[in-house]
Amino acid sequence: MLGGLFIYNHKGEVLISRVYRDDIGRNAVDAFRVNVIHARQQVRSPVTNIARTSFFHIKRANIWVAAVTKQNVNASQVFEFLLKMLEVMSSYFGKISEENVKNNFVLIYELLDEILDFGYPQNTDTGVLKTFITQQGIKTASKEEQSQITSQVTGQIGWRREGIKYRRNELFLDVIEYVNLLMSPQGQVLSAHVAGKVVMKSYLSGMPECKFGINDKIVMDAKMDVAGSSDESQRSGKTSIAIDDCQFHQCVKLSKFETEHSISFVPPDGEFELMRYRTTKDISLPFRVIPLVREVGRTKMEVKVVIKSNFKPSLLAQKIEVRIPTPLNTSGVQLICMKGKAKYKASENAIVWKIKRMGGMKESQISAEIELLQTDTKKKWTRPPISMNFEVPFAPSGFKVRYLKVFESKLNYSDHDVIKWVRYIGRSGLYETRC
Amino acid sequence: MTDSKYFTTTKKGEIFELKSELNSDKKEKKKEAVKKVIASMTVGKDVSALFPDVVNCMQTDNLELKKLVYLYLMNYAKSQPDMAIMAVNTFVKDCEDPNPLIRALAVRTMGCIRVDKITEYLCEPLRKCLKDEDPYVRKTAAICVAKLHDINASMVEDQGFLDQLKELLSDSNPMVVANAVASLTEINEASSSGQPLMELNAATMNKLLTALNECTEWGQVFILDALSQYSPKDEREAQSICERITPRLAHANAAVVLSAVKCLMKFMELMVSDSEFVKNLTKKLAPPLVTLLSSEPEVQYVALRNINLIVQKRPDLLKHEMKVFFVKYNDPIYVKLEKLDIMIRLASEANIVQVLSELKEYATEVDVDFVRKAVRAIGRCAIKVETSAERCVSTLLDLIQTKVNYVVQEAIVVIKDIFRKYPNKYESIISTLCENLDTLDEPEARASMIWIIGEYAERIDNADELLESFLEGFHDENTQVQLQLLTAIVKLFLKRPTDTQELVQQVLSLATQDSDNPDLRDRGFIYWRLLSTDPGAAKEVVLAEKPLIAEETDLIEPTLLDELICHIASLASVYHKPPSAFVEGRTGLRRALPKSSGGSDNDSAGDQQQQQQQPTVIPNQDSLIPDLLNMDINAPPVVPTAQSAFSGGTLDLLGGGLDSLLGGSGAEVGSSPAPGIPPVAPSSTAGLLGDIFGITSSSAPVYSPPKQIWLPANRGKGMEITGTFSRKNGVISMDLTLHNKAMQPITGFAIQLNKNSFGITPAAPLNVPAPLAPNQSIDVSLILSTSGPVQRMDPLTNLQVAIKNSVDVFYFATVMPMHIFFCEDGAMDKRVFLSTWKDIPSQNEVQFNIENINMNADGLSTTDGISNKLQSSNIFTIAKRNVEGQDMLYQSIKLTNGIWVLTELKVQPGNTTIVLSLKSRATDVAQGIFEAFDGILHF
Repeated sequence: MLGGLFIYNHKGEVLISRVYRDDIGRNAVDAFRVNVIHARQQVRSPVTNIARTSFFHIKRANIWVAAVTKQNVNASQVFEFLLKMLEVMSSYFGKISEENVKNNFVLIYELLDEILDFGYPQNTDTGVLKTFITQQGIKTASKEEQSQITSQVTGQIGWRREGIKYRRNELFLDVIEYVNLLMSPQGQVLSAHVAGKVVMKSYLSGMPECKFGINDKIVMDAKMDVAGSSDESQRSGKTSIAIDDCQFHQCVKLSKFETEHSISFVPPDGEFELMRYRTTKDISLPFRVIPLVREVGRTKMEVKVVIKSNFKPSLLAQKIEVRIPTPLNTSGVQLICMKGKAKYKASENAIVWKIKRMGGMKESQISAEIELLQTDTKKKWTRPPISMNFEVPFAPSGFKVRYLKVFESKLNYSDHDVIKWVRYIGRSGLYETRC
Repeated sequence: MTDSKYFTTTKKGEIFELKSELNSDKKEKKKEAVKKVIASMTVGKDVSALFPDVVNCMQTDNLELKKLVYLYLMNYAKSQPDMAIMAVNTFVKDCEDPNPLIRALAVRTMGCIRVDKITEYLCEPLRKCLKDEDPYVRKTAAICVAKLHDINASMVEDQGFLDQLKELLSDSNPMVVANAVASLTEINEASSSGQPLMELNAATMNKLLTALNECTEWGQVFILDALSQYSPKDEREAQSICERITPRLAHANAAVVLSAVKCLMKFMELMVSDSEFVKNLTKKLAPPLVTLLSSEPEVQYVALRNINLIVQKRPDLLKHEMKVFFVKYNDPIYVKLEKLDIMIRLASEANIVQVLSELKEYATEVDVDFVRKAVRAIGRCAIKVETSAERCVSTLLDLIQTKVNYVVQEAIVVIKDIFRKYPNKYESIISTLCENLDTLDEPEARASMIWIIGEYAERIDNADELLESFLEGFHDENTQVQLQLLTAIVKLFLKRPTDTQELVQQVLSLATQDSDNPDLRDRGFIYWRLLSTDPGAAKEVVLAEKPLIAEETDLIEPTLLDELICHIASLASVYHKPPSAFVEGRTGLRRALPKSSGGSDNDSAGDQQQQQQQPTVIPNQDSLIPDLLNMDINAPPVVPTAQSAFSGGTLDLLGGGLDSLLGGSGAEVGSSPAPGIPPVAPSSTAGLLGDIFGITSSSAPVYSPPKQIWLPANRGKGMEITGTFSRKNGVISMDLTLHNKAMQPITGFAIQLNKNSFGITPAAPLNVPAPLAPNQSIDVSLILSTSGPVQRMDPLTNLQVAIKNSVDVFYFATVMPMHIFFCEDGAMDKRVFLSTWKDIPSQNEVQFNIENINMNADGLSTTDGISNKLQSSNIFTIAKRNVEGQDMLYQSIKLTNGIWVLTELKVQPGNTTIVLSLKSRATDVAQGIFEAFDGILHF
C-alpha cells in the first residue's frame, strides 16, 4: 500500500512528510516537487509515475497533498483516503491552509499515525477519532473509557458511542438536491440529472434503530407486491420517482436494502450524510435560460438573456445569479435589466446578474451591449456557456420522505416522542446553457 | 496552538541549543524541543545527531511526547542501529501496559523500526499482541506481521506468525479480520516462492463475506480485493458470491464500489454469458459506474480509466449512458480527455448525431490537446459508424474553414483515414484540402496530405506542381514525410508517365544517393528497379488495392485487457499497463480471468493441486494437450537448489565409478559398446540416414566449437596443436591443425588416447602425409569410435591425449564437447517421452539459463529456427506448445553410451534468456549438455 505521504505549500516546500515504507526515500519528496509542482506544463493527470514510483496528488487551495507508492495499489482507495484525510483535518482545525497545517503539524502527525498504518487506511471516522486524539493526552482516561474507545474504533458500530443521552429526542432531515443541466442554445436538453443527498442531524438517546421510507419506485413496488392491491399502485404511480442509483452512509445495512428494499440503520450522533442518490427522469427544471447573442461587426456584441421560472407561483426562489461570459477583449459593457442588479466583472470576464427573490411562473430579462477592442489574434472566442445559480424550496426530482421511524428498545421513549423536521432544498449544480 | 514557529528556526548553533533543551528538566521545555526536532526533520534537515537525547525523552507518561519520540525513532533508527537498541526496553515494557492504546502504539511503532536487532525482540511482544484481549491491539498486530515479513520473511514463517494471522481471519471483530486480510494479501504478493500462502477456501470465503457487512469502508476494500483473487469452483458458487457482493455497489465510497465491480466482472466470466443472472448483474453494474462520475475529479479520473476498460470488455454495459460522458466546461483536462475516449467507444448509430454535435462543440475549445483529440474523434466516428461518415466529413470541412492551424492539420490526418475506409466517395473535397497545403507544418499532417495527393493524382490537375513544391526541401523533412513523398511521386509517375519522368528521377536520386537513411534508400532502390525492369509489374505493386482499415482502433490487446480487468481499481488499471511494467521486483502472481464455464470444473483446482505435489516442469500427459493456465504460475524456480544438488551428485559419483552413469538399463560397462553408433559409413549412406531421420540439416550448418590451442608451441618443442571435435553424419572426428614453429621439419606422427568416460578411441591411425616443414601447418581429421575402454573422468568429458613425433612424446588434456555423443536415433516417441519424464525422479531435474540469445540475428526468430538448429546436432524436438506467450520445446537426446536425456526449453519472445530444464537418470551429464546447448544456440 502507500509508502509515504507528503504535504507541500504552493512553492513546493514540505510541510508534512511521513514515510511508511522503506522503499520510499527522501528523494521521492524532491521528485514530486520537481516533476509536478514546479513542472512547466499544467498538470495532465492526478497520477504521475516518476522512475517507477507512483504519486497520487490532490491540490486544494494552495496546498498539495501527495501520496507515494511503489506497488500496484488500489488507486480509488488512495484518492478516497486523501479526500477523507482532508475532511478529518478540516474538522479538527478548519480550513486546509499553509498556516493551519504548520500550526497543527504535531496533531497531523498524530492523526497520520492513527489513520494510516503501514500505508493501510484504518478508522477515519471523525467522531470516533475525536474521542481519543485530542492533543490533550489521554492519561486520565479510566479503564472503562479506554476499552470503550478501542471497541468503538474497531467495533461494528464504529460511528456511535454508547451512553448518549438527550432530554429532548429530536431529528432533522434535509433533502438537498443539486440540479445539473446542459442545454443547447435552441432550448434542447442535452443532459440533465439531479444529484441529491439526505443529510440527517440526530439528537437521539441510546442506540436507536431507524427506518427510513422514501417514494422510490422500486421500494414502493416492493411494498405493493406485499399489499397486492393494484388500486393503490396506480395511485402511487404518480407520486413515486425512479432513482437511478443511490448510495448510503456506512451505517445503513446494505444487505437489507438489497433484499428487502428497506433503509434501516443506527445513526451516528449529530450531523451526517445518510444517503446520496441520482435521478435523470421527470426532472422539473426550475429555470429556463434563453440566450440571444448577436455579433455586430468586429467591435460590438449584443446579448439578451431571458430567464423563466417554472414552478408553482406560490413558491419563491432565492439567491438567483446568472453569469454571462464575455470575450477577453471586452472594453466596456452597457447593461439594462428589469429586475435585480447586474454588473460587469472584468476580472472574471463575465456579467453577473443577481436577483434576490423570484416567484414561480415569472420571467425576467437582461440586455447588454458589449464593446470589444480590436485584436489581431486570430483565435476565436469560444463562447463558454451561461451558467446559473439558485435555490428553490422543493425537490426538483420529486423526491419525498415518507416516514422515519425510531425504535429504541432499551430506553423508554417511542417513535411518537421524537420530534422530527423535514426540509427540501433544490439548488443549482452545473446549470448551463450554451449560447 | 501556534506550532508554526517551529518551522522558522534556522540559526547556526541550532543543534547544540536543541541538545541542551532536550536534556532540560522541565517537561514543557522538553516537549517544545522535540517538536522543533520533528519540524526540522520534516523540512529535510539532518537531526540524527540528537538521537541519544531524543531517545532519552522516551520514558514518559505523556502520550503526545511519546508519539513524537516514536516518530523520530522511525525516521532515524536505521541510521543508528546500535542506539536504537536503547529503545527496545521501553517498547517491550509498553507492550505490557494496561492501556490498550499504548500497547498498540508500541507494537505499531516497533514494526516500523527496520533494524534487524530490534526485530528479534519484536517476536515475543507481537505474539502476545496477536492474542490480546483488546481488538484494537489485535488489529494493529495483524498489520505488524506484514511489516515484519517485509523486513525478515523467513522469521515470519519460522515463528508461526502466518498461522496466527490465518486464525485472525475468524476473529469476532470485523476490523481485525479486515487487517488480517490486508496483511495476508501483501505477504502473498511478496512471497518469493510464487505459491500463495493463503488459500481461500469456501469456509474462509464465508467468514470474509460476513465481515464485509460489518467493517469500515477501508476494510471492505481490503476484503473485496482479496475476494477478487478467489476462484469459485463452479457457476453456482460464483453466483452466490456475486449476490452477496452486489449490495456494496450502493456504498458511498468509490473504492468500495470499484472493488466490488472488479469482483463481479471477474466472476461473471464463469457464468453463461446470456443467462438471466448475468443480464441482471450487468444491469446493476451500470448505475453505480455512472454515479462515480459525480465524485471528486481525481476519483472520477480513476473511474473513467476503469470504465474505459469495462466498456471494452462488455460494450453493452453502458451503451445507453452516452450522455453522462459529455464533457463539462469546468472539468479538469484529464477528465475531459478520458471522457472523450469513452464517448468514441460508445458511439453507435443510435447516438451518433448527439455525439457529433458535442464533438463539434469541443473542437472550438481552448486546450490544444483536447481540441486535437476531439477532431480525431470525429474522424474515428466516421470510420466506426458508416451512416455518419458523410456528416463527419462535412463537420471536418467546417473545421478546416476555421483555419486554426492545429485543427486543420489534425483534420487532414483523419480525412486520410476516411479516404482509406471509404474509397472513391469523398474525393470531391480534395480541392479544399489542397488550399491548406501551406499551413501544414507537422510531419504527420504533411505526410497525410502527400499521401492524398499521390493516391488521387489523376484527379488533381496540378499534382506534379504540388509534389514538386515539397521536393525542394526534401532533406529537411521528417523521414515519415520523405517516405510518403517518394511513394506519392512514384504513384504519380505510374498514373501520368508522360510529363513526370523528370520528377520521378529527381526524387529517386534524392532518396538513393543523397540520403543516409537506410529505409529511404532501400525503398528508393526498390522503386527504381521495379520501374526500370517492368513498369507493368510496378503498377500492380504500387497501385494495388489496399485493404480496408479496421473499424475500432486503439483497442487494448485482449489478453492484456483480461489481465487489467483483474486489476480494476488499482494503479494498473489507471496506467493501462500490467503491474510488472511499473512495479519493481516482486510482481506477485500474474492474474488471468477465470475460464468461462463448460468443462472447466476439474482442471483449475485439480491440476493446481497435482502440480504442487510434484513440481515438475512438464505436466502430466493428459493435461499437456489442453492449454494450462496454471503452468507458468507453478513452475518452480529451481535454479539455485538444482545446481547445488548437481555438484553434490558429482562428488558422490566420483567414488561410484561408471555404473551409475550408464544408469537405467543396468547395462554393464564392457558389454555396451555404444549401441547408438552406426558403423563408420560412406557419406552417401550417411546422407541417406539423414533423410530417413528427417534431418533437414542441409540448410543449417553442423555445429562445431571453434578450434582451441591444445598444445602451445613452447611446450610442444616447436609443434603447436589446435583442435576441436565434430560429429557429422554419425561420425565423430577430432579435427587437428598441426603447426610447425620449429626450425626443422617434423615427421613420424602418432596419437594415442587414454581411457575415458565415453570410450573414445581412434578408429584409424593418425595420417599426416608428409614431413611437416618449418612454418607450415596442416589440417588433419582423426575419425574416432566409442568402442574403447571406459573409465570415468573428471570432468566427465575430459580426454587425455598423447602425441608422438620425431622430436618427442607430448601429453595434454582436452575437454570434449558433449554434443559429439548425441546419436542420430535420439528421437523419442511422444508417449515414451512423457512416461520417461514422469518416471525420472524430480530430484534429477536440473535447470540452466542460456543467456544472451539474440533471437533475430541468429536465425532463431522462430522456435522452428531453434529446433532446426538443435536437430542438426541430433537434439530432437518432440513436441512444442505455447503457454501464455512462452514457447515450450521438448527434446530428447540419446548419448552414445545409451543414456537418454530429456530436455525442455522455455523461450519467451523478446527475452534473450532461454531456460533449459533437463532430466536424466545420470544427472552428471547435465553440465555438459547445457554447455552443448549453449554452444549450439550461440553458433
